Amino acid sequence: MIEVTDLYKEFKGIPVLKGVSTTFEKGVTNMIIGQSGSGKTVFLKCLVGLHVPDSGIICFDGRKQKELDIKEQRLLRQEIGMVFQGGALYDSLTVEENIMFPLKMFAEQSFSERMDRVNFVLKRVNLENANKKFPAELSGGMQKRVSIARAIVMNPKYLFCDEPNSGLDPNTATVIDNLIKEITEEYQIITVINSHDMNSVMEIGEKIILLKDGVKEWEGSNKEIFITENEAVVNFVYSSNLFKKVREAYLKETK
Amino acid sequence: MKYLKHVGKYFLMLRQVFKKPQKWSVFREMLFREIEDLGLKSLGIIAFISFFVGGVVAIQTALNVDSPFIPKYLIGFATMRSMILEFAPTFMSVILAGKVGSYISSSIGTMRVTEQIDALEVMGINSLNYLVLPKIIATMFFYPLLISLAMFLGIFGGYVAGTLTNLFSSEDFLYGIRLDFDPYYIQYALIKTVVFAFVIATIPAYHGYYVKGGSLEVGRASTQAVVWTSVVIILLNYFLTQMLLA
Repeated sequence: MIEVTDLYKEFKGIPVLKGVSTTFEKGVTNMIIGQSGSGKTVFLKCLVGLHVPDSGIICFDGRKQKELDIKEQRLLRQEIGMVFQGGALYDSLTVEENIMFPLKMFAEQSFSERMDRVNFVLKRVNLENANKKFPAELSGGMQKRVSIARAIVMNPKYLFCDEPNSGLDPNTATVIDNLIKEITEEYQIITVINSHDMNSVMEIGEKIILLKDGVKEWEGSNKEIFITENEAVVNFVYSSNLFKKVREAYLKETK
Repeated sequence: MKYLKHVGKYFLMLRQVFKKPQKWSVFREMLFREIEDLGLKSLGIIAFISFFVGGVVAIQTALNVDSPFIPKYLIGFATMRSMILEFAPTFMSVILAGKVGSYISSSIGTMRVTEQIDALEVMGINSLNYLVLPKIIATMFFYPLLISLAMFLGIFGGYVAGTLTNLFSSEDFLYGIRLDFDPYYIQYALIKTVVFAFVIATIPAYHGYYVKGGSLEVGRASTQAVVWTSVVIILLNYFLTQMLLA
């Protein structure tokens, strides 16, 4: 379990996170939603250690992030997989080399063992024939899948995804969503996803956190998000007519 | 104050760079890749420029030394001295600052803005050590070889120019390059080269690593990297010349 307690972060005197507390459970797809500038990315970057919080506690299965020495922090980071918004694949490396990279750095395995693992995760993300391609030769959806494959190649305990659907067509976005959900359940990973995409939120958001101006405004599931009267959720999630109508229809049906 | 802040940040960066590589096999692989990218791929331009500039220095000297009281072997002497003492180590380093410096800065900068450096950090990799240390070792190891080649080709260019233009005889030229030759000059040139190689690898890396924004900022960082690397090389050249030759 990841426990976040009273997280504060500011940049040049401007507070971005103002005391966020929550928990993330194993095998559950946790989603963080909120408007641009609400602090989602900063929150995610604090979780993975790219930003150091000004105060507050982040605890990974009993290990407090800020109490770990450099070696322990590195070990913790080896348990973390991250899917970046733009994929963050290494341009000069092939798909196979990109995925093998964490194994080369940290796993004491022979080349054939590493290759087997790479082929296994590539198969898992349905990209069996892309081994020798370079990231520039792949579509956006394929790049995201390679990024997911790289994130899970070390069997992480924690998976963080920053807007995994941005720039993808709805079909591909659904494929990526389902893949993340399947992987989360299959490997019992703690998954935290930053998203703007309401389709994803409704589809796979087992636990949803709404951030507004750096404050946790609401927390619930994708079932509860339909019935909540929370103003911030209603304004953010149901800002489009389509979603308003979907909600009205859902409420009518459940009454 | 702004400059001091940058200097401090640069030295803090170096502290992270000079840590033990996390995996030697990966470091070795990176090192060979950097030797190819930063060294071998610069061979052509360095050979081309030094050969022709050596020729031009010899021709210019020959054309300006037209007094019958000045012996022709001074052309070889002047070509040798200018190539070994200044042209090869300093001006080739400035050329490398442009070619290699912009490459280092833009490649690291692009990695920064596309979150590739963040991806390294999230994996628990010391990104500065992983990206910059192989570049430093590669340049400090390979550039002395590159500059030695530039010295030889520059002098050879002067020799070829003389034989093609008949402005001076090859005997005079060969006598001139051996006249009053002190092996310390080579040592001096190579010491300067090693220092400049360090500058060429680290200043552009600093500009690339701390870039913020998008492609426009990467371009700006690359330009700044070349300018600052050239400025630092010229300043260090002044101090090193004072220290090593005075």
